[in-house]
Amino acid sequence: MAGTGKAHLRPAEDALLRVEDLVVEFGIGRTGLKVNAVSGISFDVLPGETLGIVGESGCGKSTTGRAIMQLPRANSGSVVFDGRELTTLQGEELRAVRTKIQMIFQDPISSLNPRRKVRDIVMEPLGIWNRGDKEQQGAAVDKVLEEVGIDPKRAAESLPHQFSGGQCQRISIARSLVLEPRLIICDEPVSALDVSVQAQVINLLEDLKKAHGLTLIFIAHDLAVVKNISDRVAVMYLGKLCEIGPSEGLYARPAHPYTKVLLDSIPVPDPNAPVGKVAVEGEPPSPVNPPTGCRFNPRCPSASDRCRSEEPTLREIESGHFVACHHPLFGGEAPVTVRTA
Amino acid sequence: MTTENNSAGDETTVARKKLGFGFWLCVTWLALMAFIALFTPLLPLKSPTSNFIDSAQGRPPYAPSWKHWFGTDKDARDVFARTLYGARISLTVGFSAITAGFLIGGTVGVLSGYFRGWIDRVSSFVFVVLLSFPSLVLAILLTSLIERSLLTVSLVLGLLSIAPVGRLARAATLQYADREFVLAARQIGAKDRRIIVKEILPNVAIPMSSLALLGMAVAVVAEGGLAFLGLSVEKGITWGGLIQLGSDASKTLEKAPWISFFPIMMLFLTVLSLNFAGDRLRTYFDVKEMTL
Amino acid sequence: MSTNDRNEIEPLIETVELRTHFRTPRGIARAVDGISIHVRRGQSLGVVGESGSGKTVLSRSMMGLLPRNGVIREGSVRYGGNEIGGRSPKEMREVWGREMAMIFQDPMTSLNPVMKVGKQVTESLRLHLGMSSSEAFAVAEKIFRDVRIPEPTRRLDQYPHELSGGMRQRVMIAIALACGPNMLFADEPTTALDVTVQAQILELLSEQIRDRNMSMLLVTHNLGVVAGYTDEIAVMYGGKVVERAPTKTLFSNVKMPYTEALLQSIPRLDQPSHSRLAMIPGRPPDLVNPPAGCRFAPRCAYARDRCRTEEPPLVAAETPGHVYACHFPVGSPEYQERKVELSRSTAGAR
Repeated sequence: MAGTGKAHLRPAEDALLRVEDLVVEFGIGRTGLKVNAVSGISFDVLPGETLGIVGESGCGKSTTGRAIMQLPRANSGSVVFDGRELTTLQGEELRAVRTKIQMIFQDPISSLNPRRKVRDIVMEPLGIWNRGDKEQQGAAVDKVLEEVGIDPKRAAESLPHQFSGGQCQRISIARSLVLEPRLIICDEPVSALDVSVQAQVINLLEDLKKAHGLTLIFIAHDLAVVKNISDRVAVMYLGKLCEIGPSEGLYARPAHPYTKVLLDSIPVPDPNAPVGKVAVEGEPPSPVNPPTGCRFNPRCPSASDRCRSEEPTLREIESGHFVACHHPLFGGEAPVTVRTA
Repeated sequence: MTTENNSAGDETTVARKKLGFGFWLCVTWLALMAFIALFTPLLPLKSPTSNFIDSAQGRPPYAPSWKHWFGTDKDARDVFARTLYGARISLTVGFSAITAGFLIGGTVGVLSGYFRGWIDRVSSFVFVVLLSFPSLVLAILLTSLIERSLLTVSLVLGLLSIAPVGRLARAATLQYADREFVLAARQIGAKDRRIIVKEILPNVAIPMSSLALLGMAVAVVAEGGLAFLGLSVEKGITWGGLIQLGSDASKTLEKAPWISFFPIMMLFLTVLSLNFAGDRLRTYFDVKEMTL
Repeated sequence: MSTNDRNEIEPLIETVELRTHFRTPRGIARAVDGISIHVRRGQSLGVVGESGSGKTVLSRSMMGLLPRNGVIREGSVRYGGNEIGGRSPKEMREVWGREMAMIFQDPMTSLNPVMKVGKQVTESLRLHLGMSSSEAFAVAEKIFRDVRIPEPTRRLDQYPHELSGGMRQRVMIAIALACGPNMLFADEPTTALDVTVQAQILELLSEQIRDRNMSMLLVTHNLGVVAGYTDEIAVMYGGKVVERAPTKTLFSNVKMPYTEALLQSIPRLDQPSHSRLAMIPGRPPDLVNPPAGCRFAPRCAYARDRCRTEEPPLVAAETPGHVYACHFPVGSPEYQERKVELSRSTAGAR
């Protein structure tokens, strides 16, 4: 399967997480149709780095996050975390790895059991893994609750619905910190929150990352939020990786036409900014029947015949900045690849 | 990071929607009935089987009086004592039936909803088969064929409650099994058993408890129906049986309505309490999350 | 010419001290608590606020779409000079569709899933304008073309679930525009859409409003959306309007600290990565027991004692059309004083 290339991967021994040729497909009921959610992507994350993954609905970013956790397992591909191949781990070994990778979800209220007290929810991971006695567990939980700004006494008496969305998200963050993980995957953690609360949670994540030496993967559709929190950003479209590079560089000089389209479409909170030129027509097609060649070609202003037949591979156009496009916005045309029979 | 000040009003002191006076009234009645059912032999009642023929009043049945609060039936047996003794069998059957139904149906339902796959397919098929029989007809058929004891009648009614309980348990489990907090539990390393017990059951228990009360009401009514047809526990005193005795062909209902009336009232009030309390419980737990 | 002039000056729709309170188990929630706004013909007013600000309740109150029970209404809503505030749904049906229309956030739940979309448009035409079936279908097709639905004839015959999110939103716009209303309420019309589709829909709305000389009330939490597509903005907080200004003025000359804080808490593309976002601590106010004095005071970095006891009235700023409610607005001496203190303390903490 023609993947989008691995030129952008860094040395394997440096990376905390290395994903290669990840493919995730879902069958739709009994129709025999398949949703090609993720179609062969590769990326890596260095320790202490924050990788942002952006894209619109149907691009496969959430599915990628879950596939890293093996919930559910990908159809094919490799996920190497801290030197261990996760896709082949079973049972107890896989469960043990789960203490090192945690996840935060989009809907803050539905991520917490509505019938359990909040402090119990945060203590649950410690109970499962028998980390210390009840007193030690309680102390650890109280400490982490205070760190995220939730009053431990209130948490002991209250159910999730008695807290606001922003507070529930902090509780989820507290729960994920309690096992001292190395990697936290954040799946649209602020999309359901008010603007002023978003800022609180984003700042909190940054603070916690520094305090605990975490590595983050931040999945979102809001490009401004992703830029703010990430060191490196990957842009996905319809199950493929379009562009990956350092946040500053990617946003300042987008190379892939789709990245540019995304950036141009964001309404800027500045009344003097020009408005009205629609960046692209149409909508992302269904992942059941993706276009051949480069998946963005039907909507791309720079599409050529080559784009319709040949899938582009990631190549470097400036330091650390890679793009999968035959006619990127800068960096020159893609060299012609020699086809082997 | 400072702890957030809950200046916007402390939601933990919210005046929760109360269960209401009606609910507690029903619970009181049910508690009273349960007490009676358990302790009838110890209560200072007249014997339910003796004949209290009083030559001064002439031929029985005797109307209600100070000596016989609910009157007597045609064999001069005390209706009050008999009605209270009737509670024993009716309530015991109702309770046992629904308990059996919950233990079997509930367990199968929760497991089907959580694991899906072949467990779900097999159990759904079994439920559909069980539900395809008209329940009262099946109950009549089974009870007329077997030796009718407290245990067997309870089991027959229990069998009939497995499918409805199971389906509800499955539906409730499905609703929660896909929620993100279950996924979160899995990703912190919880095993299936722990997830079912600690995450799913506390949520499923709510609609199920309301169903338990409603189901018991149905079981009590069903037992009453069987008893009326003479198909409940052999030689036992049941409300259905008492009602039947008081409404036979010889115009007993017109001449001595008290014989049927009091058992009917007891049955009615008990079933009403079960239904009302069950419904109230469900409404109370529906209002969980506050939104504006 | 003079009638047009009058139309320009007279508001098309206005509210005067509008109040909408809900009876809840905890008490009376004052969702909209004394709002006086107006929209002129051909103008677009953006109403910006977070959850609990009352912005959605405001648009529903103005359009008369509130539930029947448990609602207390006060104040007036005037459309074209006529009082429509207390009208029953039956009376409002004369205004809905023909004069006013609304588009909602989630097109999937706002469209009838078991009715073909063409029928949902023609239903409106036949009911409000008395058209025949064939006339209505012809108009529906034209409107589908106007809202840029590709293959309009084929689409008329489809059900909502057969269309994508963006197309469903276009259908909703088509239904709203079908009878040629003068006033459009758009309640978070693009929040549920992908960002590339958002831009298309906003552009479409703006074009249609221009072409039809319609007025629009755009409710959103997204300051980027109001910046580009409105003439005037009203910022709501805790059921009240805390600042109102022509769009350009609001961004360049903000007065109310809440608005300023809101603007500063949004991550912007032109900021470098890992910029610290300005936060607003705390949560939106409780509408049942709102704080005394200024409702934003508990969360305001610049609040003083007066703010906690005395509710600030809406006063005019230097630029015309700009009003705000704050005792110590941005730029005032007290504000500057506090700002210096704050920057000293954060510098000290580093």
